Amino acid sequence: MNFLTHLLNGISLGSIYSIIALGYTMVYGIAKMLNFAHGDVIMVGGFIIFTMMSTLGLNPFLSVLIAMILCTLLGVTIERIAYKPLRKAPSLAVLITAIGVSYLLQNLALLIYGAEAKSFTSVIPIKALTLLDGRLSISGETLVTIPICIIIMTVLNTFVRKSKTGRGMIAVSEDKEAAVLMGVNVNKTIAITFAIGSAIAAIGSALMFSAYSKLSPTSGAMPGIKAFVAAVFGGIGSIPGAMIGGILLGVIEILSRAYISTQLGDAIVFLILIIVLLVKPTGILGKKIQEKV
Amino acid sequence: MKSKSLKINKSARSVIVTVGMILIAYIVCQILIATGNMSNLLQNLLVSMCYYSIMAVSLNLTVGILGQLSLGHAGFMCIGAFTGAIFSKCTVNSIENTFIRLTLALLIGAVAAGLFGIVIGIVVLRLRGDYLAIVTLAFGEIIKNVLNVLYIGYDSKGLHFSMKDAISLNLEEGGTVLVKGAQGISGTPRDATFTVGVVLLLITYLIIVNLVNSRSGRAIMAIRDNHIAAESVGINITKYKILAFSISAALAGVAGVLYSHNIATVQSSKFGYNLSIMILVFVVLGGMGNLRGSIIAAVLLTLLPEYLRFLSDYRMLIYAVILIVMMLYNWSPACVAWRNKFSPKILLNKFSGAMLKKSKEV
Amino acid sequence: MEMLKVKNLSISFGGLHAVDSFSITVNKGELYGLIGPNGAGKTTVFNLLTGVYKPDMGQIFLDGKNITGLSPVEINKAGIARTFQNIRLFRNLSVLDNVKIGLHNHYKYPTIAGILRLPSYFKTEKRMNEKAYEILEVFGLDKEADNLAANLPYGKQRKLEIARALATNPKLLLLDEPAAGMNPAETEELMETITLIRKKYDVTILLIEHDMKLVAGICEKIFVLNFGTELANGRPQEVLNNPEVIKAYLGA
Repeated sequence: MNFLTHLLNGISLGSIYSIIALGYTMVYGIAKMLNFAHGDVIMVGGFIIFTMMSTLGLNPFLSVLIAMILCTLLGVTIERIAYKPLRKAPSLAVLITAIGVSYLLQNLALLIYGAEAKSFTSVIPIKALTLLDGRLSISGETLVTIPICIIIMTVLNTFVRKSKTGRGMIAVSEDKEAAVLMGVNVNKTIAITFAIGSAIAAIGSALMFSAYSKLSPTSGAMPGIKAFVAAVFGGIGSIPGAMIGGILLGVIEILSRAYISTQLGDAIVFLILIIVLLVKPTGILGKKIQEKV
Repeated sequence: MKSKSLKINKSARSVIVTVGMILIAYIVCQILIATGNMSNLLQNLLVSMCYYSIMAVSLNLTVGILGQLSLGHAGFMCIGAFTGAIFSKCTVNSIENTFIRLTLALLIGAVAAGLFGIVIGIVVLRLRGDYLAIVTLAFGEIIKNVLNVLYIGYDSKGLHFSMKDAISLNLEEGGTVLVKGAQGISGTPRDATFTVGVVLLLITYLIIVNLVNSRSGRAIMAIRDNHIAAESVGINITKYKILAFSISAALAGVAGVLYSHNIATVQSSKFGYNLSIMILVFVVLGGMGNLRGSIIAAVLLTLLPEYLRFLSDYRMLIYAVILIVMMLYNWSPACVAWRNKFSPKILLNKFSGAMLKKSKEV
Repeated sequence: MEMLKVKNLSISFGGLHAVDSFSITVNKGELYGLIGPNGAGKTTVFNLLTGVYKPDMGQIFLDGKNITGLSPVEINKAGIARTFQNIRLFRNLSVLDNVKIGLHNHYKYPTIAGILRLPSYFKTEKRMNEKAYEILEVFGLDKEADNLAANLPYGKQRKLEIARALATNPKLLLLDEPAAGMNPAETEELMETITLIRKKYDVTILLIEHDMKLVAGICEKIFVLNFGTELANGRPQEVLNNPEVIKAYLGA
């Protein structure tokens, strides 16, 4: 395993974090809340794909598509039932509710599938690529993950800047009251935000579990937290920031595990979070927003 | 000035009621035990009801009084459990008086957890609520993970530490391994009894309630209610956040010592996210800021699972639903409107208003 | 004697000059009004004076002491207290406790004394209660002492905020639209209260307001702010009849 391999693995892992981070960053920027349950939606997506493929024998692409649809429904339903009623509540209450939803998803999965990790069959049919006389081996997952991440980012960024709905999302994220006065349907905008985040999460889930094939009810929690760290790192509320933060975090994590210590990999990720929040809380691309006094 | 004395009486009355409830429950339990009317099942739960109550009350200080969501409270309990157990095991022969040894273990556990609370607090308490939740979660997991691979041994040369295995401790003949990594600590003297538990619960409750009803308590709650306004009247935000957080941590440490002196083996794997969430459920169910509620919720939710064994698979699920439902019940506009319609006070006002109207007409 | 001296205070947000070379001198005991159209930067001036924002340029002197760049806590300890445009009360605390928090830095006892209920706790709390009631009586809020701040009617909430600010024993009191949302009768009452506290507490007051009746009625001097900078400054009769001022308020 040489440096280049680690680097590529880091970029690949980072791409997955970026995709998941998009859900966090959009929801945080627009609905102004930390959706703790986002990571667990990833886990649910993984189980849906797993069930479709292994129990129902459907082909991978169809499974991922179904997962996207179901995750979208799940995300929008959660928002409507658990988060929307609490829009005017103190943020502590929303946070606790989000934790409740996260815990609910984990334990439902536990009841249905049991605690033992399932072996996830990769949805990616491409074989690994060997370069440089066998010194560099790029897995099929990596070959697919990085381009997909770039595509998603580009499409999303364009959508947000150019489309009417997208500009509505920016408006709500900057000033909700003003957006209402401008005729933006805030409820619909927030629902769409959750929908997009959840759909993309399903894709991220497919890519992640294809690369790291162990799937269990708690599989979404840690990637979810790390993706949140990535979103903060890149600048919470910023779509390009999610990409930068994700890739950087993935590279740092893989290199740390390879050259410092495998066990401390997680701890180093959290250390980064703390340093970022203390030194530059708005992250790499974030804007400084003054609290209105 | 009449109102002033009434107010002191009002909060004092509430404290007396709670202390009274605890004492009465204690006496009733002791009677039941003495007359052989309490099942072994229930007797085994008595100490755990005490330390879960202490955990709930101490977490309420951070979540309900200070208004910050800490998801790593179990980590502080873990620190207290381990340091207290290590101390007791080391001194089981040198300090023969159980009372003194246990009191020292409690103090050490509290101080150790409190110190961690101060250090973590300094880092964490300047962060916004959402970030604070994640970082405390991280710290809780890090504490659990580090202690899970920790080996500590003891011989005539003192304490030895290793993160790999017991062999690398290089203990002499006659040395003992105190902490065995994932297998934790076993053989801690079982000094924690129900009486000890109740006494500690009372002390914990009184510390927190006296803190709340004092100048520092007002400052802490002011920070919760409006930190910008609190700054504008000269309250040092960081000082009081750290004060509340570290007292909360220290008391969790006390609960930990109680735990480790009432169980055969103390393993750090038991002090993870699930435990932190469970305590949060106690606090939320009992009412944020409501100390008596925390105790009642902790006792109920420790007892109920024993009687509702058939639901044990669904326990975590039910906790998750409780969190969501309680938040919606307290804050969703639809629920608030529904509650206002049927609140006893308002019904009473309506009723007396109607009476007044009638008498006016006459 | 100068209580507040501000020299060339400026702050920009992005490209916007929110406050531009703001200078003012407020003498001890004066009641100075700060008026201007919406968005003129009045609350930003208050935020600069109280340390919520750090100025890009300029200096602030309170009773001779340079307080530029200090934190809100240090500035309150130096002697400035304020109320907020959108009321910031401690909603879950009682009316009495809201005032007692104002007394926090003036009546102290160690935390451990509170926990152990030592004699200093009882003595100091008693004195705090007496002082707090005294302040509440001035505002007619003593009967509500045990009510939750959140349950007070709007007008009384505004008064409570002023009471709390006064409890910190300030040299300079900054009131941000204290009459907002009040009907004429309440405004009249507020004017009387402000006049009363000026006399009783020997406090200098800088007041942001839109209600011209109140401004003309009690302010000794008026400063008009427009687009973050001075438009007029002087006695009410001059300022309020100044054609530039009238134009700024009514548009061209």
